[in-house]
This record gives sequence, C-alpha cells and structure tokens, in this order.
Amino acid sequence: MIFAAGSATTALAFIEVGAVVLVLGLLARISGRLGITAVPFYLIAGLAFGDGGLAEIEVSESFVALAAEIGVLLLLFTLGLEYSESELKEGLRTGLRPGLLDMCLNASPGFLLGLVLGWEPLAAALLAGVTWISSSGVVSKVLSDLGRLGNRETPAVLNLLVIEDLAMAVYLPLIAALIVGGSAGTVITNVTIALVAVMVILAVALRFGGKLSAVLAGGSDEALLLGVFGITLLVAGGAQALEVSGAIGAFLVGLAISGPTEERALRLMSPLRDLFAATFFVFFSFQIDPSNLVSSLPIAVGLFVVTALTKGITGWYGAGLLGVGPLGRSRAGTVLIARGEFSIVIAALGSELADGPDLGALAAGYVLLTAIGGPLASKYYELLPLPRTRPGGRLLQG
Amino acid sequence: MRLVRETILPGVGVRHEFTTDAGEIIGVLVHHDGRRDLLMYDRDDPDTCASTTDLSAADSRVLAEMLGASQVTESLGAVQQEVAGLTLEWIQVPADSEIGSTTIAEGQYRQRTGASIVAVLREGESIPAPGPDFVLLNGDTIVAVATQDGAAALRELILSGP
Repeated sequence: MIFAAGSATTALAFIEVGAVVLVLGLLARISGRLGITAVPFYLIAGLAFGDGGLAEIEVSESFVALAAEIGVLLLLFTLGLEYSESELKEGLRTGLRPGLLDMCLNASPGFLLGLVLGWEPLAAALLAGVTWISSSGVVSKVLSDLGRLGNRETPAVLNLLVIEDLAMAVYLPLIAALIVGGSAGTVITNVTIALVAVMVILAVALRFGGKLSAVLAGGSDEALLLGVFGITLLVAGGAQALEVSGAIGAFLVGLAISGPTEERALRLMSPLRDLFAATFFVFFSFQIDPSNLVSSLPIAVGLFVVTALTKGITGWYGAGLLGVGPLGRSRAGTVLIARGEFSIVIAALGSELADGPDLGALAAGYVLLTAIGGPLASKYYELLPLPRTRPGGRLLQG
Repeated sequence: MRLVRETILPGVGVRHEFTTDAGEIIGVLVHHDGRRDLLMYDRDDPDTCASTTDLSAADSRVLAEMLGASQVTESLGAVQQEVAGLTLEWIQVPADSEIGSTTIAEGQYRQRTGASIVAVLREGESIPAPGPDFVLLNGDTIVAVATQDGAAALRELILSGP
C-alpha cells in the first residue's frame, strides 16, 4: 500500500501520477484539435512510460493497476447507461442478421491469424474478439462530429453497435471462464455459472431497473455519484468472484439505471470514466515492449486491411437492408472500421496467457491503426473507388 | 395527417421525419438530453443530411413559435390534443406583461374568452387546477382548455395584455 509507506514514497507517487496525467491531458487536447479519439495517443503514452520506454514508472504501479481496472468497469458502465430497454429491443429486432454477419466476417480473420501465428486457441479466440468489435465510443463520436446522426444509414450503424455490445455480454464471461481453465468438468461448470449469472443479472436489471433508479434518484448529486459508483463496484466484484467478467456486471448495472436518473448518472460519471479509462489505456500499453509492438506492426497492418474490408462489407450490407443508397452504404461501412476501447479490454484479458505479450502488442498496434485510419476513411469515403448512383439510378459523372 | 416516420437511434435519441409537399425531407432528431437537431436532407442523396442545425430547448421553442405552433411544453411530454372540439392550449405570459402579479379572477379569462385555465407551469413545475386567487407571474405558461376560437381569444388576451 503506497499511502502507508513513508512520505518520500508518497511524494514520488504523486509526482509520477501527476506527470502521467498531465501528459494525458495534453494528448487529449491534441487529439481534440485533430478531431480523432484520444485512445491511440494514450496507448502511445503508455509505451513511453512502461517497460523499456523513455521514463519508467515504478512506485505507483499498483495504484495505477487498480485505477485501470476501475477504468474498464466505468467504460462498460457508461456504455450500458446509454442504452434503454426499448433501444436494446429495437437493436435486437433490426440488427440480428447484420450482427451475425458481423461476427462471422470480423471475428474469423482474428481467430485464423492467431492460429496461423501458432498461438494457443484461447489467445486466437481473444484476437477474434479484438477484430470483431467496433468501437462504440469512436463510431458515435465520428457520427456526431461529421453531422451524420440524422443520416439514413445511421440507425443501421447504431443497431449494429448495440448487437456487438450485447454479444460482449456473452463473449466476455465465456472467455473469462475459459481462461480460468481447469479440467473439462470445471470449465463446463464455470461457463454455465457465467452464463446463468449474466442472465440473472440481466433479468434483474430489466425487471427492477426502474425501482433501482427511483431509489437512487432521491438525494443530492453527491449521494447519487457515490451510490452508483458503489453499486457498480459491488456488482462487478460479485461477478468477478463468480469468475464472470466484472466488466459485464458493470455493463448490466448501467443498463438497469434508466430515466432521469440515467441522465444525471451519465453527467456525473463521465468525468470519472474519462479519468480512469485514460489510466486503463496507459496501463495496458505499460506492459507492452515497444520493440515487440514494432515487430508486430506489419502483421497489424495486414489485419487492418483485411478487417477494414470485412467491416466495410458488414456496414454495406446492414445499411442496404434499410434501403440506403451506395454512398450511404459506404459511409456505414467505413465508419465501423474503428476499433478501440473494447478491443483493448479483450486483449487485456489475455495478459496472463503464454501468448499474452504478443497478443497485447498486436492488439495495441491494430487499435492504433484502426482508431486513426477508420475515422479518416469515414471522413473521405467519397474518394473510395465504389460504384455510385443517384437515387434515380443515374451514374454520377466523375 | 402527414406521415411522420419515427426511428429509434440507440444511445442517441429518436428521429422524426416527413416528406414535404415539395418533396424535400425534413426531420428532427431529439437527443436523450433534450437537445434537438433540425435535419434537412440532401435532394440528390436523400440518405444524407445537407444541413444539421443544433437547437437548444429555448431555440426549439422560438422556432416552433415562428412556425405558428403553440408552445409545446416538455414537462407535459404531450403534443396538443383535440378532444371533441376542445383544444388544450399552452400560452406563455410574456416577460414584460402587465398580467404578472394579477390573480386569475382579476383577469376574468373565462368570462372574456370562454377558456378555462387548468394548469400553470412555472420553472419546470406544474401547478394543476389553480384557483381564482392564484397569482400569475410573467414567464408562467398557462395551460387552458377551450374551443378553437376561445383558445385564440385567450392567446390574444395574454400576449397583448389585459
């Protein structure tokens, strides 16, 4: 425990954490200027501070590690918070078919690459998750920044994100149970417990979400903030104790909170999430050896190209179901290319595996490429060599 | 009634849109936090918005007023309803009105227009069934039940002063 140690250690810890956070603040400002997500910048900053980087951080590592774990919980919590029950149902209703295509097209390149690289199947399954999930955070920011929220292809994109996030509620606990491992019998028991726990929490969340929100609503902002934060950690801790991913517990707590409480909670928790999530991204790339990242970069580029195509096809198909024209369909395809926070969360699960370091380095490089390349491709989608017709079917000149 | 299409945008809000007589598509995106975007679709590529205009709650009210609609009050969450020739009318007392600090009885609204004041909205709170001694303040929104003519007369009376 840092704080029990002498004041000199405490001082050093403050200086370390302060310096890191200050750098992150500057990076967030730069990324805001450039109009892209800060996640890739945070990852690069983590490389600089971590093992083999420019300035290593030692004293505060255990504190940063816990803060990073909380960051994951808050990321997932606020994600769940943004969806209401009716939106989930709508997403499931309209997004199921594109969602299945999405899984088949985008998870398989990661899985196959993992096997080709000679990784154990579990690490390959994690890489499948990394390439599968588009970043809800990046995608919704791009849509809003480019003024595309009103566009006709946008519901297809958003519904696909809902499906992916829900799929995570099954994928994460499943993979977590598999990582714990053991004999075939133990694994089956753990997987069953994980899935049952998710179903129970989901049912309770949807059933008693209104009541929970009403109970939390009374009182000051301070009371709400502490109450929500406490519940999130408790449920996540409980889920973790059952070997279900704690992050999913937090996601389901977010889903449960609804109505006016939801808006207040989002307003109050967003700053906390930003702080802790930034810590998470930095901590993730702390553990990556920069030379490892560089050597895996060619593979990451290849994976980026392949999965940009497969995501493009997914978006193209999903928007087509809504009767959107070619321009809109290519907008939907390109905006989905961005991977981000979720891919890193998934890759972080594998840190204990034998192939964990390789997975982490590849995932970091991959997220760097997609989180920067995706929004750019989406912005300049008109330059893509795609067939374009006017609604009347007339080909555009040029 | 024109067909208004509604689309749920998960994590964002709800979008409403319709096609105008001239064939343009106009829509409004209501965000979860109450912010609204006015959407005008591109003629050549109707999948995309040619312009998106951010409207705060106050902006939306001004625009609605300019388009001739009565004030839609969010706290009630309902649009104007007509029941058997009666209409529910929302009228905001202007900030510089002489109505401020007078009671409902003094205004003789029902006697003069036939409209009954059924509620008053003040600073986001709704006060149902105010009595004759209820003191109106400038900035209050009056909710009244009246015939079409009565509603128009009451609107005229409140907006132009007693």
